[in-house]
Amino acid sequence: MNADGSLIEVKGLCKYYNGEAIKALDGVDLEIRAGEVVVVIGPSGSGKSTLLRSLNLLELPTRGCILFDGRDISEKHVNINLHRRKMGMVFQHFNLFPHMSVIDNMTLAPEKLLKMPKAQAREYAMGLLERVGLADRAENYPSQLSGGQKQRVAIVRALCMKPQVMLFDEPTSALDPEMVGEVLDVMKSLAAEGMTMVVVTHEMGFAREVASRVIFMDGGRILEQGSPQDIFDKPENPRLREFLSKVL
Amino acid sequence: MEFFDKIGDFFVNWFSEFKREFILNFVTGEKWRWIIDGLKNTLIITFFALILGVVIGVVVAAVRSTYDKNRESFRRRGGAGAFFMGALNFVCNLYLTVIRGTPVVVQLMIMYFIIMTNTTNGVLVAVIAFGINSGAYVAEIFRSGIMSIDGGQFEAGRSLGFNYFQTMRHIIVPQAFKTVLPTLCNEFIVLLKETSVAGYVGVVELTKAGDQIRGRTFSAFMPLIAVALIYLAMVIVLTALVRRLERRLRRSER
Ligand SMILES: Nc1ncnc2c1ncn2[C@@H]1O[C@H](COP(=O)(O)OP(=O)(O)O)[C@@H](O)[C@H]1O
Ligand SMILES: [Mg+2]
Repeated sequence: MNADGSLIEVKGLCKYYNGEAIKALDGVDLEIRAGEVVVVIGPSGSGKSTLLRSLNLLELPTRGCILFDGRDISEKHVNINLHRRKMGMVFQHFNLFPHMSVIDNMTLAPEKLLKMPKAQAREYAMGLLERVGLADRAENYPSQLSGGQKQRVAIVRALCMKPQVMLFDEPTSALDPEMVGEVLDVMKSLAAEGMTMVVVTHEMGFAREVASRVIFMDGGRILEQGSPQDIFDKPENPRLREFLSKVL
Repeated sequence: MEFFDKIGDFFVNWFSEFKREFILNFVTGEKWRWIIDGLKNTLIITFFALILGVVIGVVVAAVRSTYDKNRESFRRRGGAGAFFMGALNFVCNLYLTVIRGTPVVVQLMIMYFIIMTNTTNGVLVAVIAFGINSGAYVAEIFRSGIMSIDGGQFEAGRSLGFNYFQTMRHIIVPQAFKTVLPTLCNEFIVLLKETSVAGYVGVVELTKAGDQIRGRTFSAFMPLIAVALIYLAMVIVLTALVRRLERRLRRSER
């Protein structure tokens, strides 16, 4: 962590596709402090995913830089693999490894990358599974799980690397409505434990309840940010007002 | 009564004719050995060409998919490494275009009469020519398998901190291999039949053996039908095995 407490710092981030034809991100500045839960909202195509995926360099920036723990990780000679270990990521479509059991999904990275002994990796993973109520599913394969269970496994799989920050890209958007709650509950308890989180979501209730800060994006820019009260109760930007009138 | 006698006579005559032909073509001078020796060569060429083909195929598929998946970061990083990968990718593409754009018989003859002129070992030449040929098809099979795996799998691996090759090894390739295994086996069946043109460079494999018997006995039916039946039997057995494999893979796909 930096002296001033910021864990991630994004400076002048731009991401263009097709030359400059598509500006997915068009100059984003953002600072995320350790322990913060930052919720990113905005209409579809506004650049939320691109921003999130830029944080761990799944998208390479066209311009600008990303500082993680005080280091510029977008600089081209940085070994990004080392930094990604400390940034857990959860995807809309879970992306569990279908050819491995739940427990193997979870222990693969700790064993291969952190060289954790198998027994220790399993023990740690089992502890996490217990916490999300899936201990009895350890030997199951992903296709034997419901959507909500898959996403909970995906979350604990990322946690197995003991990350400093968790990135969530619409983690409940692919779920049947009755399963949204179980995933949000896991995320809430994670937030309560002080995990730094960046969450792209359309769950405004979650944002209001859990977010320490809400960011509104449109057209590849951050148009407004503030506490949930500020954003939801006294929105200033007209685009934000229009957006909220549609989703709330 | 007379009618049945006639039919009986017909079969007796036919059978004795069949027996005579059979003895002429296979037994006299132990010509069945020619068939066995030919079959042996067919199997040797197929087996070793197959191994060579898989080795080439894996390497070419690895180069091509690595280049495709990392194009953006190569361009960004630049330097000698990126240039080297670009060159390697170009060579692989050239190889695929040339091999898949020309008949295998022509490749075989070029190999024998132009490139490997100082060897008289036709079987070796055939192994190399068929291996190089098959490698191009195997490469594309592997590559299509890798490409068929959802991009999210790749991103999940990378986001955990695996580098490109670790992601390939632990996450992508095991899944891709399962999906292409049946196609790969079919490619081997095709290869088995394709080796029948090795006679063009003087290799006596199954087809050529049958043809040599025909040349000796001036009787085409027996040797050629026998050769055809042997291919057919091998292909039917192999196809049945692939079917079983497919079923098992599908069952393990939970
Ligand atoms: N690989 C890509 N190629 C071209 N355009 C892209 C690509 N990825 C994203 N975009 C575009 O960038 C914009 C932002 O996308 P995204 O970050 O996915 O938005 P959001 O997650 O807010 O819905 C969209 O207009 C999208 O079409
Ligand atoms: Mg998105």
